[in-house]
Formats: sequence, structure tokens, C-alpha cells
Amino acid sequence: MEGKITGIAGPTVTLAMPGLKMYDRVLAGAARLFGEVIRLGPEGAVAQVYESTRGMGVGEPAISLGKPLTVRLGPGLLGAIYDGLQRPLPEVAAATGPFILPGSQWPALAEERVWAFVPLKQPGDKVAVGEPYGAIEEDGTRHFLFADQAGTVAAMASGSITLAQPLAELVGGGTLTAAQEWPIRIPRPWRRKFAPTTPLITGQRVIDFLFPLARGGTAMLPGGFGTGKTVLEQAIAKFAEVDIVVYVGCGERGNEMADMLEEFATLTDPWTGRTLMRRTIMVANTSNMPVAAREASIYTAVTMAEYYRDMGCHVLLLADSISRWAEALREISSALEEMPGEEGYPTYLASRLASFFARAGMVETMSGKIGSLSMILSVSPPGGDLTEPTTQACLRAAGAFLMLDTGLAHRRHFPAINWFQSYSLYDQEMTAYFGKEVDPAWAGLKRQTHTLLQREEKLREVAEIVGAEGLQDADHLVMHTAARLRQEFLRQNTFDSDAFSTPKLTLEKAARLLDQHTAAEARLARGDFLTDILREMA
Amino acid sequence: MRLAEHVYSTVSAIRSQLLLVEKVAEVRMGEIVRVRRPDGREIEGEVLLVSGETVLVQLFGESRGLDISATAVIFTDSVKQAPLAETVLHRMFDGSFRPIDGLPLFVPEAWAPITGHPINPSSRARPQEFIETGFATIDGLNTLVKGQKLPIFSCAGLPAREMVAAILKNARVIEAKGESGGGFALVFVALGLTYHEYAFYLDAIRAMRSDYAAFVNLADDPVVERLMAPRFGLTVAEYLAFEKGRDVLVVITDMTNYCDALREVATAREELPGRRGYPGYMYSELASLYERAGRIKGRPGSITMLPVVTMPEDDITHPIPDLTGYITEGQIVLSRELHQRGIFPPVDVLPSLSRLMQQGIGPGRTRADHRAIANLLYRHYARGRDLRNLEVIVGRDGMSEADRGHLDFAKAFEEEFVQQTGGRRTVGQTLDAGLALLRRFGFDSP
Ligand SMILES: Nc1ncnc2c1ncn2[C@@H]1O[C@H](COP(=O)(O)OP(=O)(O)OP(=O)(O)O)[C@@H](O)[C@H]1O
Ligand SMILES: [Mg+2]
Repeated sequence: MEGKITGIAGPTVTLAMPGLKMYDRVLAGAARLFGEVIRLGPEGAVAQVYESTRGMGVGEPAISLGKPLTVRLGPGLLGAIYDGLQRPLPEVAAATGPFILPGSQWPALAEERVWAFVPLKQPGDKVAVGEPYGAIEEDGTRHFLFADQAGTVAAMASGSITLAQPLAELVGGGTLTAAQEWPIRIPRPWRRKFAPTTPLITGQRVIDFLFPLARGGTAMLPGGFGTGKTVLEQAIAKFAEVDIVVYVGCGERGNEMADMLEEFATLTDPWTGRTLMRRTIMVANTSNMPVAAREASIYTAVTMAEYYRDMGCHVLLLADSISRWAEALREISSALEEMPGEEGYPTYLASRLASFFARAGMVETMSGKIGSLSMILSVSPPGGDLTEPTTQACLRAAGAFLMLDTGLAHRRHFPAINWFQSYSLYDQEMTAYFGKEVDPAWAGLKRQTHTLLQREEKLREVAEIVGAEGLQDADHLVMHTAARLRQEFLRQNTFDSDAFSTPKLTLEKAARLLDQHTAAEARLARGDFLTDILREMA
Repeated sequence: MRLAEHVYSTVSAIRSQLLLVEKVAEVRMGEIVRVRRPDGREIEGEVLLVSGETVLVQLFGESRGLDISATAVIFTDSVKQAPLAETVLHRMFDGSFRPIDGLPLFVPEAWAPITGHPINPSSRARPQEFIETGFATIDGLNTLVKGQKLPIFSCAGLPAREMVAAILKNARVIEAKGESGGGFALVFVALGLTYHEYAFYLDAIRAMRSDYAAFVNLADDPVVERLMAPRFGLTVAEYLAFEKGRDVLVVITDMTNYCDALREVATAREELPGRRGYPGYMYSELASLYERAGRIKGRPGSITMLPVVTMPEDDITHPIPDLTGYITEGQIVLSRELHQRGIFPPVDVLPSLSRLMQQGIGPGRTRADHRAIANLLYRHYARGRDLRNLEVIVGRDGMSEADRGHLDFAKAFEEEFVQQTGGRRTVGQTLDAGLALLRRFGFDSP
């Protein structure tokens, strides 16, 4: 279908092209820039364009591809680095140089790469839609290939294959190939969703111990600039006990992505020993890349994450930062001259976010496997003000709230998670799980930790009025232990060997500190001097 | 490509610096137009919005003297480009790239669109080469590296100017350490400065004797040029860095004036205002400038940015410093209190941060003990600062001996380490001074 451009406003263009459908993909202008139809009206169709519209001319041609924006799913996703539209950035750089020029298109998967294919169906077998008909060993992940049509297998390949060749022929003419397309705005289906039951181990003591996350759960990470959102997300991306990590740099810094790429190419996964990049997919749509592609980037990422979930993997999606996505949505909405809601955000911000969060979960997949998709999303509230619309919309949907505190960050206490304000709705189940799987003392020690931190806060207030001299010895002991908890336990420097802790080590560390405290309390009660006790503890 | 320039005299409305032109047959987004006044003089403008045959043009100058019937609009069929050549060095231009040093424009070797193109994230090399600024608070505690963007957050009346001038003077050390061979160059972009401030910088630039190019938009120059000057500067910087292999330091002052210009223009366009009247896209807008800093794998050269941001009402949560902090790789925060106590540079190291410091310091880059010294200085100073609040309530005599030690340390730190009356320090001198201070207070073990 062909038509032409009749208007241009920011990242949107108006097209005269009858017959377009909502969310159809278009190529607009002489440079053939990617776009997606987001409004149909008397003035024509309006498409959001995924690249800078600068230099685009009215009257230039546009064509419709007759299908929505999709990602390509198949072997080769792991280790890839994409932009928000799934263009492979290293391949684009190799072809067009270090600057991204508008209109560059590139296949998302290496079509000619050879894979070892193991068929799971034989000629004569029936295959249903969504059923695995074969598997490929992809960098240590068993990559199932799902049928996208039903039928009876007439012929089946085996051994060395490429994405370009058909793997199975069906009776009556259909073929199955290793790669398929999926529209990014449509969640991939599942059979059943479960309430999360197992923890998502992050390797961060303050999270795993005080505010545990769950596989299939969601968490938000709000914090002002420099409070450690990116460093924490990257640390979790390195250490989390999951099969696959999808990391989206959504409207953030280019240097951060470069840093992460370099690290992930050399570091290994602490759980399996393979190179981190082998379990990671990166989507990098930095702040200076087109806003409309930023809006799409989180959907591109979540669709790839769902694809691996469908294979029975535990997948973790990290996005930094969802606020930049919301701002992209606002920019597009304002170019459409829609009626603005709070702070100029469109009124559908909260519902869009809620449907995005809803793509997380622990599920029974269409082929009967158990997989999970967990999400950790950072939020960048303007001025650190948590009452702003994006934070509030996330609060309604997220299962855990890990609030990063500017005060702690300024004191270089990292991760700067505020232990009074943060919460996890998965707390009870996960604490029970750790009690069963790691140590029955888990819940008790955790309660004691919370209590000590709260008492410290109270005592600090008192000390500010009466001076430290006015406190009892028992109070001093509390202050002492709480300070140690903060400095030795809650704090975790990403840049040294303490960066990662298993639940077992986490518990041992807490137990050691708290046992010393209990022993010291007993000695105080017997009449020993506090100074002696503290000296011996050191 | 159209064959000839199109001329229209179908202006239907003029509102502040916006022009509505009707019945335009072919036009591009961002296309440069020349608007001819009735008296024959021309000013430039840019296509902002196209709807059917109606085009909205943003003028780059005053609309005074324009009228609806006699104004002609010439569509040029090209977007804004910058002329490029190494002979741009030692030259000064206004915000529209017109020479203001009395010489004719150099002969361009190339042209490039001033909005630039985003660096492919997978082509970026991670910034890790140390830059010595001569200030202990930066080199020692908030280390700057090549390819970083590190703003100075100042307040009205604080000596950000003097700091920048001192850094310019000492920035030649980059050249000495540069492995890339192309040498060092400064791109200086002045935005909305008073003549007095400008003259101050001019002296500083002349004193530094290294290669520079300056883009100067003074307080009474057109507001729209304030939005273009940094783009010209950065396009030149990209050329010098990534085509000619130079280590380019881009100093932009004052970004607060840039943001105010953005707000002014957005308001004139009747756009929906965001926080405190600044447009909702200000984050992306600022990022499109700041993200042009960096290094590229396999190429020599780098762009390092040192913008100055004046925090309105000394408020770090104001949208301008806030959005800047969300984009840059840290910030150097100046403190009114230190300034009032006569300390120069008045850097408050607690809210200051260089996020790329980790990679830039240590053996082979600065010194093996750099990280340890920085951590100790930071920790004990932060403790001392915390205790100052307590001192106000309970009095010094009500405090323990250890606490009094920290109070004294914080004071000595400010007066001896932060304070630099004696001029620049090498990073070695900085670390030695820090270590000596820690030893004096018995704080030198972890
Ligand atoms: N776990 C950590 N260990 C040590 N240092 C940390 C840690 N987390 C953060 N930091 C320090 O804080 C700095 C800022 O962290 P980070 O870049 O993650 O902030 P952010 O919240 O992502 O900020 P922004 O919103 O501006 O992107 C880091 O450069 C590092 O110096
Ligand atoms: Mg960040």
C-alpha cells in the first residue's frame, strides 16, 4: 500500500494513505524511516516515527508493511545488543560506522549462522501451535523452537541448520522455521499464572534479607539522580539467580551501556560459570536516540523475555529507567495534541504501565512448562519527588518498593535502599521459603535486624536532644550493633569482592553480628563494662 | 531534492518569533528558510511543524520590521549545517557561526548537520583516562576522565567562573598525557553571558595559549541563537575529536541560560509547560547535547564536557540541575557556606560525585593508594559534617573526644585540602596532602 506524507510534528507524521489499520508498520519518507500507526482520523493516519524526522519532507512517499511492529524471535538473541527496535547495534556499527544514521535497517538475527538442531518430532507426528518441535543448544540454554502453525510433520531436519532454511515440512505444504515474528504490544500467551512461590535471589543482602523479591514478581526502584539505581540494576543483572537476563537501557547514558558491555563480555555468571553475556540480551536506546524508539524499547525487551520464559526459563527483565519511557509517551502524546493529564502525561499512563507490569509472572506455558518473568524497573522521579505521576502509577502495580535514599547515597551508603520506607509484598512467602531452605533462624534474625534499626533511629533522636552522654549502656550497645549492621551487612560495595552474597552467606553474616549482640547484652546484664565488651568484640 | 529555492510570500501570521506560511508545496522538517524583510534584509529561520500546506517557522532573530504582505520566505531545501575545518581554531563566532573577530569565515573542508547523530552505544569506548584539573576536590575525590560530562553546579555569586578559568589554565596537562597525538583543543560556548563575564573568560582563553574555538552568545543576543550555539560548538568538537583525533574539552556556560531560552521559545510556541514552566522534553533536549561527549572505539580523540549550571534559588531539586544530574556522569557542587568562609574553590564534596572515577584512578592511572585515601577522606569528613549538627545542640563540650576529633578534621579538611590558595596541585600532591591530613588525625588506617 502506498501513500504520502502530509504533515510532520516532532516524532509524528500524518499520512494520506487509505486502508491503514491501527498499529500497522509503515516506512515513511525517502529515507524509509520506521513508523507505527497510532491514530486514524479525518486528517489521515498519524504514525509515530522511530527515527528523527529532521530533513523529512512533506509529499515524500510512505508505504505500509501491512503488519504491526514485531520482533524476531529465534536462536541468536542471547548475547545480542539491540536498539529499541531490535536493530543489532554492533552489526549496524560495522556497516555504517560509529554514528547511527537514520534509515539503517538490519536483520535482528544472524540468518546464516549454523546451529545444531535436535528434532523433538518425527515425520507422522502431530504438532500443535505453541508446541516445541525441536531444540537448539544456544550458549548453554536449551532453546526450544515452537510451532507457529499446527499440522502433521511430513519431513523433519536434524543436525546443522540455519535460520533461513525450513526445519519441518507439514503435510499439505506448511513449513516451520527456527525464527518467528511476534508483535511487541501483544503479550505472548500462557496457560496459567501462579502466585510467586520462590525467591528471586539478587545477591544483594539488603534485598534478599529484608525485602526479598520473587520469581515472577515485580519491583520498582525509585531514586533521585546518583542514588545508585543503575549500579544496583547492573549488579543484579550480573548476580541474580536466573537463566536469562534482559536489560533495557531506556533513555539513559551511552557510557553506562559501554561500561556494561565491556564488563559483561568478561565477567562470569556466579551460578553457572558461563560468560555473563551468554545469558544476557541488551536493549540500548540511550537518551539521545529517538524518543519513539525509546517508547517501543521496553516492549521489544519484554517480548524477547517472554519468549525465553515460554521455554521454561526464569527470566529477569531490568529496565533503567521507566520514567524515561513515560516521558517518551508524554512527548508522543503532546505531538498528537491529546488532552494532557497530570504534569502533561497522557491520562492512559497508569493503565499502560499496569498492562506492562502484568506481563510479569510465574506461569505454566502453552507447552506445559513452568517459566517465570520477573521485572525490576528503576524510576527517576523529578526532584526526587515520589508524588509525581510515574512513581505513583508504578506504586499501584509493583510488588516491591525499594526506595533509594539521597541521604544514604550522599553518605556513600550503597545500595542506598531506605530500610524504613521500602517494602516487599512477597516478604512473608519468601521469608518462609528461606526459613525452610536456608535456616530456620531466618525470620527471627530478620525481625531482630528491623527492630535494632528502628531502635537506633529512636535513640538517635533522643541523643540529639540530650546528647550521647544521656544514653544508657544498653542503648549504646544498640547503637553500636545497628551501626555495624548498616556498615557491614546492609552496605555492599559493587566495586569489590563483597559485591555478591548467597542467601547462606547473607544469613551467616547477620547471625554472626546479631549473636555477638545477644552475647554482649547478656554480659551487660551480668554487670560487665560496656567499654570492655566493645573492645573484645572489635 | 528540489532544483531551486522556493520563494513564498504567503505569510498569514506572525507571533513573536514564529511565522505561519501558507500554501507551501514542498517542505522539510527542520529546513532552513531565509526570511526577507520589506527592507531587503534577511534573517534565518527553521521549519518547526508542517501540516498539509501550512508551515510553522521559527525565526532565529527578531521579528521586528516583518509584515504579513511584504515578507518573502525562501525555502532552502537543507537543514542547518556547520562549516568544518581545523582553521576553525583560534577563531570566535556568534551563536549563528558568524565570525566576530573581524576575520572572514574560514574555508570549510566539510559540512555536518548541527544536531549530529547519536553515537552507537556499542561503538563507545569506556572513558577511563585521567584528566588532571589541578583541584584537589576534583582530582582527588571526584576524578574527571576523558569522554565524561561533569557539570559544575554553582549558585548565583559563587566563583564558578574562576574555577573554570583555573581549569582552562591547567587543562593543558591533558595534552601531556594524551596518547592520541591529535593534541588538545578547547571549545568554549558562552550562553547569555554579560559582557563583563565574557571579557573575563576571554582573558582566560587567551592566557591558556592552547587551541580553541569560541561560540559566543551574549545576554542581549537573540535567544534562539542560544539554542544553536552549543550545537555548533559540539559539531565542531565532534569534527576535531573524531575526525582529527584531538582531545576536546567543551566548556559551556551557563546552561541555565540555555534552559531559560528553551522555556522562552516553548512558551512562544504555546507548548504545554512542564515543571516550573520548562518543556516536558527538556530531558531529551539536554541529553541530545550532553550525550555528544564520549570516546569511540578504535579512534583517537575524545569529547569531555564541563558545563556550568547555576542552580536557581540555590535549589538542587530545581528542574535545571535536576535533569542535568540525571544525564551527566556526576556533578561538582559549590557551596555558598564554604564561599562565605573564604574557601576557594568552594566545592562541597559530599553531594559532589564523579561516576566515572572508579575507572580513572588507581595504579597506572593515578596512584595505587588513590581509592583508599579518597574513601578515608570522604568517610571522616562526612562524619565530621554530621557531628556539626550535634555540636549546635549539645555544644562542643558535651561531645566525646572522638567526636571532637572528627569536628576538627572536617574543619582542617576544608581549610587545608579543599582550600587552594597556593594554586594548582598535581594529583600526587593532592594525595600526599590528603594522606598527611589523615595521619595527623590518626585516621590513616581503614
Ligand atoms: N553498590 C554501590 N557500590 C559502590 N558505589 C555505588 C553503588 N551504587 C552506587 N554507587 C555510586 O553512586 C554513583 C551513582 O550511581 P548510579 O549511576 O547507579 O545512580 P543512578 O541512581 O542510576 O543515577 P541516575 O538517575 O542519574 O542515572 C555510582 O557512580 C557510584 O559511584
Ligand atoms: Mg542511572
